[in-house]
Amino acid sequence: MSRLAVRKTYKLWIGGAFVRSESGRYDEADGFNFPRASRKDVRDAVVAARKAAGPWAARTAYNRGQILYRAAEALESRAETIGVPRDEVDASVDVLLHYAGWTDKLHAVLGGINPVAAPFLSFSLPEPTGVVGVVAPDAPPLLGLIAEIAPALAAANVVVAILSEATPLPGLDLAEALGVSDVPGGVVNLLSGRRAELAKALGAHRDLNAIADAGGDPELSAELDRLAAETIKRVRHGAAARSYSDATDDALERLEMVTELKTAWHPVGA
Amino acid sequence: MSSSTDTRTSIVWDYAPAPESADHIRLSDRYGLFLDGEFKDPQDGRYEPTINPATEQPIAEVAWAGRQDIEAAVRSAREAQPKWAALKDLERAKYLFRIARLIQERSRELAVVETLDGGKPLRESRDVDIPLAAAHFFHYAGWADKLRYGVNAREVAPLGVVGQIVPWNFPLLMAAWKLAPALACGNTAILKPAETTPLTALLLAEIAQEAELPPGVISILPGNGETGAALVRQKKINKIAFTGSTAVGRDIQAALAGSEVRLTLELGGKSANIVFEDAALDQAVEGIVNGIFFNQGHVCCAGSRLLIQESVHDEVIGKLWQRMRRLRVGDPLDKNTDVGAINSAEQLERIEVLVAAGEEEGATRRTIECEMPDRGYWFAPTLFTDVSPAHRIAVEEIFGPVVSVLTFRTQAEAIEKANNSRYGLAAGIWTDKGAKAFEVASALQAGVVWQNTYNHFDPTAAFGGYKESGFGREGGPAGLRPYVRIVS
Repeated sequence: MSRLAVRKTYKLWIGGAFVRSESGRYDEADGFNFPRASRKDVRDAVVAARKAAGPWAARTAYNRGQILYRAAEALESRAETIGVPRDEVDASVDVLLHYAGWTDKLHAVLGGINPVAAPFLSFSLPEPTGVVGVVAPDAPPLLGLIAEIAPALAAANVVVAILSEATPLPGLDLAEALGVSDVPGGVVNLLSGRRAELAKALGAHRDLNAIADAGGDPELSAELDRLAAETIKRVRHGAAARSYSDATDDALERLEMVTELKTAWHPVGA
Repeated sequence: MSSSTDTRTSIVWDYAPAPESADHIRLSDRYGLFLDGEFKDPQDGRYEPTINPATEQPIAEVAWAGRQDIEAAVRSAREAQPKWAALKDLERAKYLFRIARLIQERSRELAVVETLDGGKPLRESRDVDIPLAAAHFFHYAGWADKLRYGVNAREVAPLGVVGQIVPWNFPLLMAAWKLAPALACGNTAILKPAETTPLTALLLAEIAQEAELPPGVISILPGNGETGAALVRQKKINKIAFTGSTAVGRDIQAALAGSEVRLTLELGGKSANIVFEDAALDQAVEGIVNGIFFNQGHVCCAGSRLLIQESVHDEVIGKLWQRMRRLRVGDPLDKNTDVGAINSAEQLERIEVLVAAGEEEGATRRTIECEMPDRGYWFAPTLFTDVSPAHRIAVEEIFGPVVSVLTFRTQAEAIEKANNSRYGLAAGIWTDKGAKAFEVASALQAGVVWQNTYNHFDPTAAFGGYKESGFGREGGPAGLRPYVRIVS
């Protein structure tokens, strides 16, 4: 007996809500319609992210680790529903797990007591830089995205990510997995659309602190550098066309890039 | 309000002048570029006088590097780098230890020259700038053979040739902050001192000679902003480290767009100094004074936005004004001087423009009355009250002895106001409640937070900004990271 399929319309994930592009634009991939986000959607996402940034950073490191672990669980349980090879999902889950374990270790690794020559308890500790913009690579669409957003989250940042332009659906599937996990609304925002258009809107946003650019497009990267300079954003460019088979080898470099070291001096004695 | 709280008599106990002697200083009339381990004439023969901002008298003539000189320095640094990096780590360390020792040995001379060239009080160059510069070389000398422990057990390699541009507010100290970690990590460095304060960097070049540092490991290329811009834009170096204004930092970051040249920036600030009602107020007042009038306020992390809890506002302002009136402004060589000369005519004008804006926008200005020398560049310590958070003097970096006072009622409001800035370099907290201090320190978006102190620096403690105050850290193990690449 034939049955008419219920087709799915994908949505952006902004501020914890699944929404269409405010522009009303959409594209089609593999028979599914998905939104073509606008620059306004990027700005809305940065506003939502900024709102979520303080509470996310204020959670305990243990709690953030638990939430990322739960995200890994949610992803694993939906492995078969995501349109990428199973081993890419497996690798993505492993990367998430790796970073879930970083949340309560970063302080010990990057921070410490400074033996200053004065009567003060001085220490330097890593803190999140704030809102991190991610330009995901085209491929691998899920693993590349996870490898770019997980370090930012582990270091207590919030993320606005532009998904793979060539293969956006796995990123939108990830949104649905994260949407049923414990990741608070606004901590991760995922937008599909035209990479150059959206990335430039991110780069130009004055309330964004850092950009992890894995788009692999030298011209766009240079443009992002120029835009970032306007508000002294931190920028890291990923190597073009990497396999991400070694996605956690450079974990500490990725964590350093989205981390601010704060030095505090507290008086001893007086 | 200030006069009514002044219950002290008006007797003024004056100080006799106590000038530090400059007789022992033997400066040359002319300094060339320091290139290939020698002082050399610039290719285009350009020499410019460097003047004493307290007298407007020239001190010496200094070569300014042109494009060809920069290229020569890059060649020299490039040639020297593999040999420098290939030295046994402890041998490389020994050169830095030697430099640290020589800075200590010549500390009196360096302090006087720093004060002559830049206008800062001798008390500060003697007690802060020069000892900290030596300490910085000592600290990083010790890292040279322990690099992997400082970078979390990763294998690292030097970047190569680094270009370093330093400001005029702490000339030798900033040169030390830049050179010591760069050299410890096996890089060679081209340092451009500031236009108005090249002399101690050139004395450091003499020290490098005396330490028998191999030629090309350090090059010193004085010049102005154009020299710095040319250094940034020539593409054969591996890294730029810049300390200076956010405007120039932005320009550098944009100029390096799309390139492989690494960058760290230590830029401007508008740092909040927060006084809670439970603070020891007399101690806080000393800290406020140190926070904003140290080095004439020419400090990137100066506590230039004073946030006072409303309940103690009048009392703090009363005490502060009394304390300010006793500040001694004048001859930087006088050991009793608190506030020296403004570094340059250009900087003085910038301060005057912003102070005028403060008055125009409706803030209440108080400037201490004091006798000031007839010549030189001077600006008397100034206090603005009735400042709104939108006023230019509450938002823009003045880089002078001018403090803008805002008020708050609750801790949450203090944090919100303190963080309401495009900058994020430093902050001060005055309270005797430990739990509160830790909570506020954690909530402030600033690279350095001082509780019950201000403007304290140490080579073991990371320094650097959030947001538009720049990126990268100097000091401690974090200060190594910008000068290495991770191999594995």
